[in-house]
Order: sequence, then C-alpha cells, then structure tokens
Amino acid sequence: MEQRAGARAPRRLDVGECELLLVHEARLLDEGKFDDWLALFTPDARYWVPSEPDQASPLDTVSLIYDDRQLLETRVRRLSSPRIYSQEPRSRTSRIIANVGIEDDADKASTMVRSKFTLIEFRRNEQRLFGGTCFHRLIVVDGDIRIAWKRVNLLNCDAPLDGIVVPF
Amino acid sequence: MRHEIDEDVTSLVRPAAVHRRLYDDPAIFELELERIFGSAWIYVGHESQIKEPGDYFCTQIGRKPIVVVRGPDKAVHVLHNQCAHRGALVVAADQGRTDEFQCCYHGWTYHLDGRLKAVPLQHGYPPDFDTKNRSMAMLAVPRVASYRGFIFVNQSAEGPSLENWLGYMTTSLDDMVDRAPDGEIEVAGGVFKHTYNGNWKLYLENICDAAHPWFTHRSSIDAAQQQSDDVFTDGAGEIAIRQMRQNGAPYSFWENQVGIWTHPNGHSYLGDYHDDKKLVAALNDPTFRDYIDAMENKKGSQETRRILEVRRWNSNVYPNLSFMSQFQQLRVIHPLAVDRTLVCTYNFRLRGAPEQMFHNTIRFANIVNGTGSLVLTDDLEIYNRIGLGISSEGAEWLQIGRGYQSDMPDESGGRRGKNSTSEIYIRNMFEAWLGYVSPDRAKRPAAESVSA
Repeated sequence: MEQRAGARAPRRLDVGECELLLVHEARLLDEGKFDDWLALFTPDARYWVPSEPDQASPLDTVSLIYDDRQLLETRVRRLSSPRIYSQEPRSRTSRIIANVGIEDDADKASTMVRSKFTLIEFRRNEQRLFGGTCFHRLIVVDGDIRIAWKRVNLLNCDAPLDGIVVPF
Repeated sequence: MRHEIDEDVTSLVRPAAVHRRLYDDPAIFELELERIFGSAWIYVGHESQIKEPGDYFCTQIGRKPIVVVRGPDKAVHVLHNQCAHRGALVVAADQGRTDEFQCCYHGWTYHLDGRLKAVPLQHGYPPDFDTKNRSMAMLAVPRVASYRGFIFVNQSAEGPSLENWLGYMTTSLDDMVDRAPDGEIEVAGGVFKHTYNGNWKLYLENICDAAHPWFTHRSSIDAAQQQSDDVFTDGAGEIAIRQMRQNGAPYSFWENQVGIWTHPNGHSYLGDYHDDKKLVAALNDPTFRDYIDAMENKKGSQETRRILEVRRWNSNVYPNLSFMSQFQQLRVIHPLAVDRTLVCTYNFRLRGAPEQMFHNTIRFANIVNGTGSLVLTDDLEIYNRIGLGISSEGAEWLQIGRGYQSDMPDESGGRRGKNSTSEIYIRNMFEAWLGYVSPDRAKRPAAESVSA
C-alpha cells in the first residue's frame, strides 16, 4: 500500500495524545485484538525487540523480534491460528505503561515517545514478568495516530528465555 | 569417582523403544553428566571468539562453569572456572581480554593456562602448602582439540582423538567452513539463549525429525502460505518465509526427498529439504550471484560447485552440538537438570562473502531459530509438553521405532533411513548412549538381541 503524498501531517503530538495511544495499544494486546493492533502500524513500520542491551543495529546482530509490516502481518496471522501450539493454552497478559515522555528529535513530521512498561504474562501455571523501555515513533495519518517504528528494550533481553510468542 | 546406580541402566534401552525414566530420573541424569559429558568430546566454542592472546569467554560443560582462553603462546586453554582456594567463580564476565585471572575473594591469581601465579599472605599455611602443586590451580580440562576452528574438550584423558571420534561428521564441519570464500568463518551477531523444562536429549531428537514440521509448525506454515515473498525488501525475510512454507511440504516429500544419515558415536545429519532454488545459493539472486563470484574467484568453479552441492540441513554431533552449515547457524546444548535445558544459538559470518549474506543469516535466525521466532517457539512448546507428560507414570516405553525394519548401510560408512522420516538417528544416539553409560561395554546387550 502506497502512502498518499501529503498524508502524513507534519504535526508534533503532545504527551497526552501519545499516552492515550500507548494505553490503547497495550489494551489491544492484552485483549488479544492482534489485527486491530497491527492496524496501528504504518505500511513501512518496523517493530524491533533487540537481543542485547544498547544494540546498535538489527541487521548484524540477532533480535528477539525484528519485523517489517509484512512479517508482522505473518506473525499476527500465526497468532490467530487455532493450531498455534505455543499458544495452547493462550497467554493472559497485563501491561502497565508509565513515565511517558517525548524525546528531543530533529524530525518535525513525527514524534518520538519514550515510555516504561511492565508486562505480566501468565500461561500454564507460570507467570513471567517483563519490563523495560519502549520507544514509539508516532505520526499522524489521515487524522489518526500511527506507529511508524517501535523499539522494545527488554531489561532481560539477553537472559535465557523460554519462547516469546505474544508481542510486547 | 564413578556414579553409583544399583541397577543395569542398559536395560532401559531397547532397539525400538526407550524407557521414559531416561528423561525423568535425576539419578540417570547424573550418570549422563558423568559418563557422557565426562568422556565424549564436548563442543565449547569457536576459535574466532578468542582471536588474540588473552581473549577469553565463559561457558559451561553441563553445570560446570569453564573459561576458554587463548594463552600467550596462542594455545587454547580450557579451565574449570573455580578458585582453588575457596571454590569461588573466578571469571565473572561473559568474555574479555586479560593477562591473568584473579579471584575477587582473596586475590589468588592464575596464569592463563590455569597455574597458580600468586597467593597473597602466603605465610601461615601448613608445611605441605605449595603454590606449585598442580592441583592448586584453575584446573585445566584434560584434553582440548580443534577441528578447523571448532573447539572441543574432553574431560577424560583417554579415548579416541577428536578427529577419529567425529569420523564422517568432519564433512559437515568442513561444509561450515568451505562455504566461506576466504576459507574462514567467525562467530558474530550475538546469541539466542533458549530454555525449556525438559530433558537435554529431546533437543537433538527433534532437530533431525522430518515427521514433525508438517504438524508442529502448522501455524507458521499456514501464515507463510498466505504471505507473499515481499517480506523485507533486501530479500532476507523472503528466505525465511519460503522456509516456513517448505515446512508444509507433503508427507510424500518428507518421506522420499530429504534423507537421514547416521554415523558412529551418535552423530547424524538430515538432508536439505528445499527444492526451492531461492533458498540456498540460488543463481538468480543478486546476493548469491556476488557470493558465487567471490567463491569462484577464490576456489575455482569446480570446487565451488562441489561445495554448493553439499546439501545438509541439520548436522548433529552427539551429545551437545547441532548446526546448519547452509545457514551458518550453530546451537550448543547445555543440560542443566534432568528436566531443564539451555540451548545457545550462534551465527557465523563467512569471510569474503557479501555482507548481505550475513544479514540474511541474522534474519533467518530471528524468524526461524530465535527466541521470538515463528518456528522455534513451537518446538520449545513440544519440549515443555514432553517434560510435562513424561514426568507422570503411564506409557513406560517410548517409541523410537519408525523405520526400524528398513534402515540400511550407507556408502559413507554410516547407516541411513530408507525413508527420511526414519527415527534411525534417535536409535543411533541411544546406541552411543549405551556405549557411554554401560560400566562394562562387554556386558552391553547387542542391539539386535533384545526384542522391543
């Protein structure tokens, strides 16, 4: 899908708008509405969960997740499959977004948002706790706020982990 | 000291079935650590991880922490990461460079080959206290050997040489290295660390299993079949999408067109299962075209053709190594407890190949072999489910008999399954298992003489 010229209004968002979007995103994920979550991303979006603290690049070091929009669609399609055995039973998640702030950024056409998150994942009698820092690059497309880029810095990104199936 | 177990554990292995206790009994796990991990060659890392004198990295053999270090004379030393004084872990960093190791408790200091270098406050010890005593050291693992840069250690001073023990599997390690135009590979791109609540043997038993992808990986097969190739415009994602689709090849393909080969000491490899010319060294892909040019420049067209015609999927070196020579990925299996396993997955850069090849390796790892990947996560689920199921009484004997009647010798000196979905590679690992754990090999029942 092509972006229409001029569709991205060069508008900086205020912190309240950003926080609402992040809370909305967290709710969609908690409720398993992955298609609606996917729709928040622009067609050229990237979603990145590095495997190392301060990882400089997704190209030459492995990542827990590094998806473009097409791969994210594939991931979400798999999540919706009744035969995704790593989600049988399904995880239940609870996310808290906090410390939302806007980063200084030269790009006037978008807004870089930094936030802290806590994610509790419960599945099959086991509870896992994840936490860290998120960066969202948000833009306005046809009046709606969209995610053009998202990076999730997990506190324990380099720890031995069982599989990660539900996105952060 | 030999581990005491008051029964003949060899009775737990039959030609086409194994007892579930092999995956569940802590006493058998201890026996395996002592007799398999204590006398097999264990892969610990690659020489590219310690290029210069003083370079080191930490890893483990089973639960035993070790440090792998290059000495001033360039020799590779593998030391028990334990202070001779009070037993503390000496080296705490994952990797680094140093000219000595020093314990942070009382300052005992060691040479890079493990010998004690200095002890503060040496006065007052008993008369037989001698810092030159060789047991007062970070103890060196008895044998260290490299094959083309792959470092293995052996905790037993006796037994076959590394090369004899690897046997025909050297050709799989050759395939890892030969694919580099400059003839060198290097570990790069970080590491994935996966854990699961299941026995260490399950990992190698799954990795050459041609009968499971169609079922276990159904969710990613379906998702990828609905996905066009245009994942990541640099082509790196396309490869992984095609790989996921190929997991959905019909059973007839899995049965007849893949191939499973086994060799002595528990080793095996699964043939390549791609008929898709875009996956591996495809001629029409611009990156591969540049790669093949680089290969032909360095090695000539005949040798390049020979190398690229080696088509193996996973190669398993029993008991702790599995690698994909075509995709430059390598996993090391660490048994932590009878029901707890850690697997570390590394990537290699082919020296002299286009950098995009390495980016493809990284992307392939993320999407197929990674902790958050669309494929491996379902394998981890299987290991966890086996861990959950096997810990309860029920079916005592687990079946490893698929293809049992039709396995055949192979011209390479090993044996192969008539069908690629044969569990011959599991039976082959248990044949090695028997050889390791049996206190007296002569007592070991011939596999053919016991009925399943």
